[in-house]
Amino acid sequence: MTTTQQQSRPKLRDRIRRALESQRADKDRAPSVTVLSSLLAVQDELHYVPNEAIEEVAIYCESTINDVWSVASFYTNFRFTPPGQATVDVCWGPTCHLMGAQNVLAAVQDELGVDAEETSEDGKITLRYSTCLGACAQAPVIARDHVLTGRTNPAAARTFVSNLKQELENGIAH
Amino acid sequence: MVSRIEAPVDSYAVVMSQQTPYALLRARAMQRWDDLVAGDRPWVRVGFGASGQAAGAQAVFDALKPFGPEGSNRINLSMVGAHGLMYLEPIVDVVVPGINRILHANVTPEMVPDIVAHFVDGRDERPLHESAYAYTGHRDPYVTHLPQWDELPANAKQRKILTANFGNIDPHDIFQYIAHDGYAALNKAVLSMKPEEVVEEVKTSGLRGRGGAAFPTGLKWSFLAPSQAPVKYVLCNCEEGDPGAFNDKGILESDPHRLIEGLIINGYATNSTHGVVFIRQGHDIPIEATRRAIDEAYENGILGKDILGSEFTFDMEVSLTGDSYVAGEETAMMEAIEGKRSTPRYKPPFPAQAGLFQKPTNINNVKTIAYVPGIVASGGVEFKNVGTESSSGTALVCLTGHIKRPGMYEVEMGLTIRQVLEDIGGGVAEGSERIKVLQTGGPLGGVMGEEAFDTEIDFDAMAESGAILGSGGIIVGDETTDIVDLVRNLIAFNQFESCGKCFPCRLGNTHMLDVFDRLCKNEAKPGDMKLLETVGNNMKIGSLCGHGQLGYNPVSSAINYFGEEFEKRFNGELEKSGPFGDGSMILPSRTRP
Repeated sequence: MTTTQQQSRPKLRDRIRRALESQRADKDRAPSVTVLSSLLAVQDELHYVPNEAIEEVAIYCESTINDVWSVASFYTNFRFTPPGQATVDVCWGPTCHLMGAQNVLAAVQDELGVDAEETSEDGKITLRYSTCLGACAQAPVIARDHVLTGRTNPAAARTFVSNLKQELENGIAH
Repeated sequence: MVSRIEAPVDSYAVVMSQQTPYALLRARAMQRWDDLVAGDRPWVRVGFGASGQAAGAQAVFDALKPFGPEGSNRINLSMVGAHGLMYLEPIVDVVVPGINRILHANVTPEMVPDIVAHFVDGRDERPLHESAYAYTGHRDPYVTHLPQWDELPANAKQRKILTANFGNIDPHDIFQYIAHDGYAALNKAVLSMKPEEVVEEVKTSGLRGRGGAAFPTGLKWSFLAPSQAPVKYVLCNCEEGDPGAFNDKGILESDPHRLIEGLIINGYATNSTHGVVFIRQGHDIPIEATRRAIDEAYENGILGKDILGSEFTFDMEVSLTGDSYVAGEETAMMEAIEGKRSTPRYKPPFPAQAGLFQKPTNINNVKTIAYVPGIVASGGVEFKNVGTESSSGTALVCLTGHIKRPGMYEVEMGLTIRQVLEDIGGGVAEGSERIKVLQTGGPLGGVMGEEAFDTEIDFDAMAESGAILGSGGIIVGDETTDIVDLVRNLIAFNQFESCGKCFPCRLGNTHMLDVFDRLCKNEAKPGDMKLLETVGNNMKIGSLCGHGQLGYNPVSSAINYFGEEFEKRFNGELEKSGPFGDGSMILPSRTRP
């Protein structure tokens, strides 16, 4: 383990613990703080769920590492490696499908140089396939970090990705 | 349909004569509303929500900011919810104080200065911008060339009960809701009705659950009401993972207080103590709108202890789920709220006996709950008189795909699907010849051909035609739609989303997807048709919840309406399917372990 990693570990655990504690803010009304809500809180903060978080959540919720893993691996929004600086979601739901989503997906894959739900080689942009982004009237829909853009097509999606690349190049992170 | 510019004032005098907490809230609300619609400057509202955002409403809103309170302060500026007519988005809706309301359609940020100029630089000096699309209210000389908003074809056939406030109130301002009779039903219920009278009213209304099962709501409530347990839950299900449906989220992002009011009344009627609104993570706009609305309700004595001066105490919170379609099944949803894997439970015990955290529980869909304030305010009989004998009220339909006017429309039950497609939707999209296929009720729903378009929108009539009304999504496919490719998409979704608990569903969907993959590549085997049938029927009888039980629906209904096309596929008489011409489809490789 390098020195930087050794230093970053305690910091990571601090961030995780703060994210877990932040759930207590509205404790009076909350139905409860659970393994799932804790995992969501961690992912909101870090954009992924590291091994350390599995341990911390197990301690915090008086659960076990096994049980926390079983929840984390079930919900498909959780990821266990850090995503790129930005995440691009492309919807493949039936409305978007009829409106040409598969070709949009292919165009985005090509623009990012990936052929699955992966992060571009430069580590900047992560591609995800979404089952529905909830704006079907504007299909096909793509999104950057949950912000939606509709009525897209392969050419527009390529521009969308290349603009995003440019933006990240210029140092504007999300 | 009455214009909603003016807040209704008929009940105002009555409310004011009572010295209740609600009367004070109402007085403040009316004052605020008056300031907005009859003040000294135009009130510009931008239609938002997920669909508005996807259409580019944020950039339009940002372009308006320099004219608003943060800039030169020449206009009042709000973000409102969805107007429903999503093909017109982004919509900029300008209230001219005391006169009328002019709605601009398909606005771009570049148009904004010219749109605003007419209203702030002089109405005679600067012309009304050409994006002005319709108006409501007074027909002054500036709007004589425009149609009335409520008379637009997409609006005229609607019956707006749930959506009456959509686009006309700021979802982030509780007082705008109160100014439109909001929380009057709750006030009436907690101060002048017994809980069992509320249940009776809901029974009278004939309201049936809008989540898919169409179970009578009053009856469901009556299962929970008698229990004397100290903690009881009423849950509102907005998991809404159905691709093609966005009406639950539409209510949350356009008029969240209507849902909150309904859920509190549900709690009062069933002597419950806690309400939970269950939403899938990642849908930030409805989540934020709901959380904010709950906070506002607490701040104004509408949630918490002694609600509106009564002795009723009730708490509410949002619970988020991770991405899992099955979490929308009611027992799986309780597992998710408890923080576990959202897999369905065995029944019995039923939720009314042992539900969330083993406490007595009721679960209702967002739309179902959102009807409740209206039913309590005007009486169950009035609601019963809307719609058909077996399905009272309205349906909130999401029309998408190859249709001219995609959107979210509220129609009286009993209209035919064709009326919705033609009169409201405007028929097939430009550039297409005809509507070939409809996919209704989500991915476990049905695939319907033209013979079924004259079916009435009614729970029972829809079920008979082999489709389910379900969540209200209607996806339109034109003549170019490849049925097998469409069904493969649905099966791929169902396979991806199977929670894995029941073997027939987990493996059955995988088998069916394999068959459809072969079909799309013209590689079908002789026994494949039989295999589909066997697997589908096994799923029906061998699965705990609807995900498996209904999983064969899209296949069987598609074969029913498009048997010939299937036969040709099986015989390899058609070109390879799919968007890339080789029968392939890009799909996620993740699975649930």
